Amino acid sequence: MNAVSLKGVSKQFRAGVTALDGIDLDVEPGEFVSLIGPSGCGKSTLLRIIGDLTKPTAGTVQVNGKPAERARRDHEYGIVFQDAVLYDWRTVAKNISLPLELLHWNRARRNARVKDMLELVELSGFESHHPWQLSGGMQQRVSIARALSFSPTLLLMDEPFGALDEMTRERLNSELLRIWEETSSTVVFVTHSISEAVFLSTRVVVMSARPGRVAGLVDVDLPQPRASATREEPSFFELVTRVREQLAAAGAPLGETQEPALVEEPL
Amino acid sequence: MSSMVQPVPRSLSRRIGRTALDWIPAVAVFAIGIGAWQGLVTAFHVQEFLLPKPTAIGHAFWTQKSVLWSQGMYTFKEALGGYALGSGLGILVALLFAAWRPLAGAFMPYAVAANAIPIIAFAPIMNNWFGLLNPFSKMAIAAVLCFFPVMINTLRGLTSVHPSSIELMRSYAAGRFALFRRVRIPNALPHMFTGLKVATVLSMIGAIVGEYFGGPIEALGVKILNDSSYGNFTDAWAGIVMASLLGIVFYAVVALVERLTTSWHPSARAFQTE
Repeated sequence: MNAVSLKGVSKQFRAGVTALDGIDLDVEPGEFVSLIGPSGCGKSTLLRIIGDLTKPTAGTVQVNGKPAERARRDHEYGIVFQDAVLYDWRTVAKNISLPLELLHWNRARRNARVKDMLELVELSGFESHHPWQLSGGMQQRVSIARALSFSPTLLLMDEPFGALDEMTRERLNSELLRIWEETSSTVVFVTHSISEAVFLSTRVVVMSARPGRVAGLVDVDLPQPRASATREEPSFFELVTRVREQLAAAGAPLGETQEPALVEEPL
Repeated sequence: MSSMVQPVPRSLSRRIGRTALDWIPAVAVFAIGIGAWQGLVTAFHVQEFLLPKPTAIGHAFWTQKSVLWSQGMYTFKEALGGYALGSGLGILVALLFAAWRPLAGAFMPYAVAANAIPIIAFAPIMNNWFGLLNPFSKMAIAAVLCFFPVMINTLRGLTSVHPSSIELMRSYAAGRFALFRRVRIPNALPHMFTGLKVATVLSMIGAIVGEYFGGPIEALGVKILNDSSYGNFTDAWAGIVMASLLGIVFYAVVALVERLTTSWHPSARAFQTE
């Protein structure tokens, strides 16, 4: 059974803009798949379709063998956005336990899990801080802890480190890989950074600009576990070049691209 | 890498927001202002009916303090009743508007129009409806004044939620009620308190304006009006001081409740970080 299975997924916005056109993609359990593409290729929209946060206009979406809506209602995935979306009125611990409260876990069970999650993201000791007392990187780690708190098998990440500086981003990349291995979850990761996609992924999905289509797949066979040294290996650069060439072939302007937030206006 | 932010100590006085030291500038301005007033009135021999000396007002206030207090409390109770009524209704309407947007579309123009009615025109009508001596006539006026700022601010807080917040709750399959309870309402609290603070002073104004158009002799507004009519301007000023003091205390109490209930708000961070 695939963790994610997309068949002929298309998305048209009002005013006739086709954001996605006939996307077929299967993600196996345990994979780390990055979606990369030029501005407006609909990669964030595709992630939202997998999470049933927006509906496709055609095609089918299955998560863990269930239709997307059923999967969302069954809490099959956790999501991390570009901004951490933490609530100022909740402490770090209470932010992490928000989904657990919604799942009606009792207090003792919630507290135990929050403690584990804080250890996982190396934020023990910060449980009673408020989000605005943390740096951007720490906030994003809280957001990851929250997404994983109820042990979903799938983690959806929408440019989670896009707003962070390069050094923080690279450190969090390594942390994310460690967390991915420790939790043996499946990750679908949207990014506009080629090196980030290559460093993190087992597979990179290159998308073309409007309408968004799958322009190519790059299997990343870099050995695990990966570390900062991985970024300096010739095979890393070869893979970066391959992704860059595929992006160029798909019509993306060279260099890393920034995708503006899409206004969701379904038909 | 987990020591970038030090744990922050928080004492009650810091949570309230000010320490004794922070008050020095405000106290200095008060002392200078009163001193200048006293000096100018004395130096230019300003007539008492135009502007009495602060010392004269202070003397009048002190000699009449018990009657001023009881009159002040009478008026304050009217203000408080109107405040509770108007603010409560404001919060309720904001919740309804946020829950059912078409409702807001249908009724908001009339809420705005009602807010545009000069309260002076409204006061005699309320007195007529509920009776000159019935405190409810003044409560109604205060309530009308309080309603709009509380409603409009609370509504803004309820609706100014980041789209990602809503997506996040949706990803947890949280329903409308959970979204309100866990996101919209806590998000609205700081905005709501902005309205509630404005409304404290408005409720006192509403009650006193209502009393200007007639009320029992026990009321502060009636006393101020009578003193002015009989030329006892110093006594009228003492009444005004009482009204202001009650308004300030009311405001301060609500501001304190705000500090204690929304100490999580980033606006409090200035007092919490070095």
